[in-house]
Amino acid sequence: MRNTLTIAAKELQSYFVQPIAYVVMAVFLLLGGWFFFVLIRRFDLLMHIYAAMGNQQALQGLNLNEAVISPLLQDLSIVLVILVPAITMRTFAEEKRVGTYELLLTAPVRTGEIVAGKFLASATLVLIMIALSGIYPLILAIFGNPEMGVIGAAWLGMALLAVAFVSIGLFTSSLTQNQIIAAISCFGVLLLLYVISWPAELGSATLGDVLRYLALPEHFDQMIKGVIDTTDIVYFLSVILVALFLTQRSVESARWR
Amino acid sequence: MIEVKNLNKSYGDFVAIRDVSFTAEQGQILGFLGPNGAGKTTTMRIITGFMPATSGSVLIDGLDSFRQSLEARRRIGYLPESPPLYNEMRVRGYLRFVAKLRGVERSQVEDAVAHVVNACGLQAVADRICGQLSKGYRQRVGLAQALIHNPPVLVLDEPTIGLDPRQIHEIRELIRGFAKDRTVVLSTHILPEVSQICDKVVIINEGRVVLEESLAKIPAGTSLEDLFLSTIAKEHHEPIDAEETLEEVGAGHA
Repeated sequence: MRNTLTIAAKELQSYFVQPIAYVVMAVFLLLGGWFFFVLIRRFDLLMHIYAAMGNQQALQGLNLNEAVISPLLQDLSIVLVILVPAITMRTFAEEKRVGTYELLLTAPVRTGEIVAGKFLASATLVLIMIALSGIYPLILAIFGNPEMGVIGAAWLGMALLAVAFVSIGLFTSSLTQNQIIAAISCFGVLLLLYVISWPAELGSATLGDVLRYLALPEHFDQMIKGVIDTTDIVYFLSVILVALFLTQRSVESARWR
Repeated sequence: MIEVKNLNKSYGDFVAIRDVSFTAEQGQILGFLGPNGAGKTTTMRIITGFMPATSGSVLIDGLDSFRQSLEARRRIGYLPESPPLYNEMRVRGYLRFVAKLRGVERSQVEDAVAHVVNACGLQAVADRICGQLSKGYRQRVGLAQALIHNPPVLVLDEPTIGLDPRQIHEIRELIRGFAKDRTVVLSTHILPEVSQICDKVVIINEGRVVLEESLAKIPAGTSLEDLFLSTIAKEHHEPIDAEETLEEVGAGHA
């Protein structure tokens, strides 16, 4: 535990010194702000059109959660697909290239502690970023009345999604000493998890169910709508645990190959 | 002390080292000598537990480096071929991190850092960023991190490579100073280095130990260079009998 925290603190510090953390957060929040602005403008426009038409039913149906929050989080989740590989690509690959890997692996520290430390640091960075994106619903809450429960569930979903991405990124970084290969392969896996359910309708029903279960949007979209289902939570936790387990095996195998 | 017993290591078909055995006693500086690519780094990486041997074993103070890996690793200070510095960290912060990682008690971390900063002459650069240090200082910081937990066993992979003559002299003095009650293994391909600071020499060529001898036993008139060249020139497939080689070299000089 002590070793894990030592490594996590050092990793987190280097994110801010480098200064990867600031760049990544700035990009995430700038894009988030842009999406938010566009969605709010669209919401505003629809409201005026419906009011001008005197369409009370459509006006009633218009709601901030569906028209702003859901699409905003879907957009941000795509941004995460690109940003998280950039955050995690250096974790193991850079140590191997620079030679500090020898320091780490010859220290009296368990492989699991190394993986846990790096995971903790990257996950913390990503969670800070997601917490900062809470500014958007905060603005909505000041000027309107969105459903806060739904927003809570949605942000929990995004946090789980991001941490799952981080675990996958750690794994791909542990496989190579080249940061670009680590980032691109992580990006590939994340994108595949997005589109894996596309042929679900084409094959047998069982295969379709399996593909749908594996696909990220199936689980994420539920949480964005404010539905917290144990199946979805279990799905994200499984992705995290499997990826971290594979990372531990991969680091360990480098030690005893 | 370090006991290396019958180490073999192969990468696929390539055999890096075969049947390497030697012993380094406490208080001894063992010079691990060999041409580039002879298997020095591989052997040192196995001793420090960075990679496993294909067969054979290493005992660190009687602890098996494979089966009692954590305990064995606690006793080793290791300077790899390139100093393992995190380029974005400051020297002091880096040493603090290594101290914690190496298991130095929280309350003693600052003392340990201050001690190696003094001992390795890092006062002037302690607050600089590792990535901006000169080669000589990087090597010193590398040595400082190897010493920080006061290990009984030191493994140094080419500690003086790429340094200017004055820096080489300083590093050698440092190593000699630290060696007193420790076991030190240092690899090099600089021959005079061995005769200057080592008590014992192990010569390795093409993955085999071709000579293991205490420097005191090597006749005064024998230059290490002749010894080295004659042992590696033989290309025997059996370890060479040291006595025999010494006689031949001695005869050549007479």
